[in-house]
Formats: sequence, C-alpha cells, structure tokens
Amino acid sequence: MISEKEVLHVANLAKIELKPEEVKKFKEEFSKILEYFSILDEVGEDVEPTYHVLPLKNVFRDDKPKEPLPRELVLMNARHVEDGYFKGPKIMED
Amino acid sequence: MITVKEWRERLESERCYDLISELFERIEKSKLNAFITLNKEEALMLAEEFDRGKLKGRLAGVPIAIKDNICTKGLRTTCASKMLHNFIPPYDAHVVEKLRMEGAIIIGKTNMDEFAMGTTTETSYFGVVRNPYDLERVAGGSSGGSGACLHGESVLALGSDTGGSIRCPASFCGVYGLKPTYGLVSRYGLIPYANSLEQIGPMANSVEDLALLLEVIAGRDERDSTNAGVEFRFKPEEKRYRVGIVKEMGARDDVMDVFNEVVEVIKADHEVVEVSLSSLKYALPAYYIIAMSEASSNLARYDGVRYGYALERLDSWTKYFSRVRAEGFGEEVKRRIMLGTYALSAGYYGRYYLKALRVRTLVKRDFERAFKECDLLIAPTMPTPAFKIGEIQDPLTMYKMDVNTVPINLAGIPALSMPMGFVKGLPVGLQIMGNYFEENKILSFALQLERSL
Repeated sequence: MISEKEVLHVANLAKIELKPEEVKKFKEEFSKILEYFSILDEVGEDVEPTYHVLPLKNVFRDDKPKEPLPRELVLMNARHVEDGYFKGPKIMED
Repeated sequence: MITVKEWRERLESERCYDLISELFERIEKSKLNAFITLNKEEALMLAEEFDRGKLKGRLAGVPIAIKDNICTKGLRTTCASKMLHNFIPPYDAHVVEKLRMEGAIIIGKTNMDEFAMGTTTETSYFGVVRNPYDLERVAGGSSGGSGACLHGESVLALGSDTGGSIRCPASFCGVYGLKPTYGLVSRYGLIPYANSLEQIGPMANSVEDLALLLEVIAGRDERDSTNAGVEFRFKPEEKRYRVGIVKEMGARDDVMDVFNEVVEVIKADHEVVEVSLSSLKYALPAYYIIAMSEASSNLARYDGVRYGYALERLDSWTKYFSRVRAEGFGEEVKRRIMLGTYALSAGYYGRYYLKALRVRTLVKRDFERAFKECDLLIAPTMPTPAFKIGEIQDPLTMYKMDVNTVPINLAGIPALSMPMGFVKGLPVGLQIMGNYFEENKILSFALQLERSL
C-alpha cells in the first residue's frame, strides 16, 4: 500500500534521516496502519469538518510591547551561540 | 496512598520538612521509575518556609508532581525525549504559576511517553514506569509517572491528556484523573503534541482532591488563544442523574463484569439507560490522523538550533536538521511525525486529514445528542487492566487500546476516570463523561459513587 520510495519521500519532507532497515520496518507498519485508516473512506464528503471544538473567536489584546525574556535566558539552551545570537547551519549548499 | 486531607492532618503534628524528606527517601528507593527529575532543594526550602508559617495558599505545604511536558522555570523539562534531555525552561507554565501562588510544593517532574505519544511510557527515553500493583506491568500512559507516584510518592499530580493520557494511567494505577473541557485550563507552557486535542488535568487519590486541584489550575489566561476564560468552583450537588451506558465503548469480559456490578450500584441512586453513538467506530482512526498531523507540524520546531539536542558541528541545513531529528527522536515519535506528514501531504489531505475532521463533526454531534437525553455517560476507561511490559509490540494493536478514551478528546468534552474495582488484583477504571463545562456534574456524581463503592 505504501512503497519504500514513499517512506523516503515522507522522511525527507519531515527531515528525518532513516537507516535502510528503518525504511523497511516503517513501510510495513505504515501499510498496516494506513489500511486501518481507510475505514474513513466510508464517511461521506457532505459533513463539514470541525477544526476546533469550541466556538471561539479571536480575542485581541492591546498591542503594547511587554518586557521580553532576557537574552541570556533565551540563549541558554542553545549549543551554538555567537555574539549574542543563535548560530544555525548553512542554508545554501556549497 | 494519601489525600490532601490526610496530608494536612499529618502536618498538624509533624514538620512539613520531615514529611517531604520522607517522600524523597521513598522516591529514591522506589522501583517505580515515576520521576525523571527531582526538585529536592527547592521543595525542602519551601517545606521549611511552611514550617515557619510563611508559605500560604490553598495548597500550602502540599506536595505535587508535574508531568515532564509542562514547563517549570529553572527545572529541567525533558518530555521524556533525548531531544530535550537537557532543556531548562526560562519560564513557568500557567498552571505552574498558579500552583506556586497557592503554596504547593513541586517535588519533581514525572516520567511519561516521549512527547506524550504512547499508552504505556515504554517510549520514554528514561525507561518505563512500573505499575505499583505489579512491577512487571505498565503503569499506563502517557502520564504514567503522574499516576504511579500517587502511591506514596506524591499527594497530587498534574498530567496531560491528548487521547486518554490522564485517564489510562488513572485506570491502570487505581487512582483518579480528570481531562477537563477543552479550553478550561490554559495550555501556556505545555509543550505541544496535538494542540486541538490536549488539556492539562489533575490526578489524585480522591474526587475531592481532583476538584481542589482543578479549581486552582482552571481559569483565564490570555497567553493561550484557545482558553475559554471560564473559572471553576466545585459545588457538590446531590441529585438523581440520568446516566447513559455507551454501547460502543466495550471492554474485555472480566472488565465488563466489574463494570456491570458498578452499574447495579449506580442504579440504586440514579436512572440508567443505554445510548448508542454510531460514529464512534470512526473515532480511533480519525483521532490518530488528527493527532499525527498536528504532531508533524508541532515537532518541526526541533531543529537543534535554539534548544534541544544538537550536534557538535554545524553542517549544511538539510543534513544537520535531518540528523539531529534522527538521533534526537525515538521510534514512536518518528512514526507519528511521518504518518502525519503523509496525511497532510499533497494528494492525501482530503482522504485522511480533512476526512478525520469530518468524523470529528459526527462524533461531536453524537455526544451532543446523547447529552440531550442524559446528564452523564459511563463506560470502562480501558478495555483491559494493565498489561505486561513489552507485551504489545505492534503499534496498531497499541493504538487500539485507546478506543474508549479518544472520542472524548475529539469532541473536547470532559471525562473522569475513577477506580471501580479489580480484575485479578489489578485495578480497572470507570470513565464518566459530561457535556462541555459540566465538570461540576461529573465530580458530584463521582463523589456520590466514591462513597457507595
């Protein structure tokens, strides 16, 4: 029902590197789970989807700046920090 | 197993410092593995403050354990994942602020399934929580540590419930747990897995304690845009309720025997009818599709840059990101992220995600219809008592254990699990469901039943 190629495609979209044996295992499990999910094919398209259970409307607050977290607290969980900034990997490939 | 009332009675003749020290001694010797991180230093300091008469509030001097996906300022919060094994939150969750305001003593962070994805805590990076009734069995999940610790290692606990994560360990550990109406308790500071489904809720050793803890944590918070801004005050009522047994929520025969005995007890004071919610046969797949889809989007934040597991060398973006996530996430988390990605991807969105949201409408309507006829609905919380550690290996078989609990999260209604008896020495729970914001009715009924059982 789902191919190894599709598993790799999804893993790439989700940005999770997989080992070959993981691809095989997930392919089998996903096929079984998706087959079980296919019972939903019985449900018609004539029912409106519910995104949220409560009839909530967006509540606005006054757009006044508040005290932000101190910079050292914001950075304390990062491994790569330079000059008070987060340091990330290169976005452009060489 | 001790209630707030019993703890307060002990505080009249004993020092809080000694009682809290005693708890930590027990936790450190315990085989349950209920805690990931202890908050010993601060807890003992607060206990001393209580002894000097300086700690005030509705929970003054009462120990509480917090599930490890709820942020505690300065205290490690891991979500039981390698990804966050060294994460120190720079702020408190709303519920933690409330607890501190009321003088509660946070004793530690409880073990759970990784990112709350599981029914047994077997997916925890920090090892499985063991069942207090049989150490070879699971304590339930995902709030397994919060359920197990109520056996002598804490008086109160907070859990979170996305598809049964409070009610399942309550059932397996023989304790009380409540999933509040969606929006009653602020989710600010709850590390998200599936935002539209999850709520923080109380776990305790009595109905009264559930109500007390819910009173403290419920209420307005503008930092959660889905917060309903509703306060909760428990006003117990003695009423004859019309109670519906949900036909579609079954269990194994030996669990049903216990359930049927309890129904006879309920019949003495209430009217009992049977109701059918035909959409429930679609609830489990719909729940998993929605939860996985939301997880795939929520967990995209773990990139090894701002916080969490990181590699020593910054590589190219795709390689770095993909490797951090390969090494930092466990198998079940990867499985759910990928299935969620699949359900949301081009060509499958209408068939899976959108269809699941349509089922949610059907389930919501079914419950609304049932609550026109009945005050409350009841069913066994879990289809079986706690099973052996390692007994269920197949993911789909594990998902099916949640069949009676997930419909509640799809609809967003409140539900409580309380002990209803034993099957071969293992506790089983009764699930009591109510209409939106009718926690008072659920708790009143549970209080009456607690006295008769």
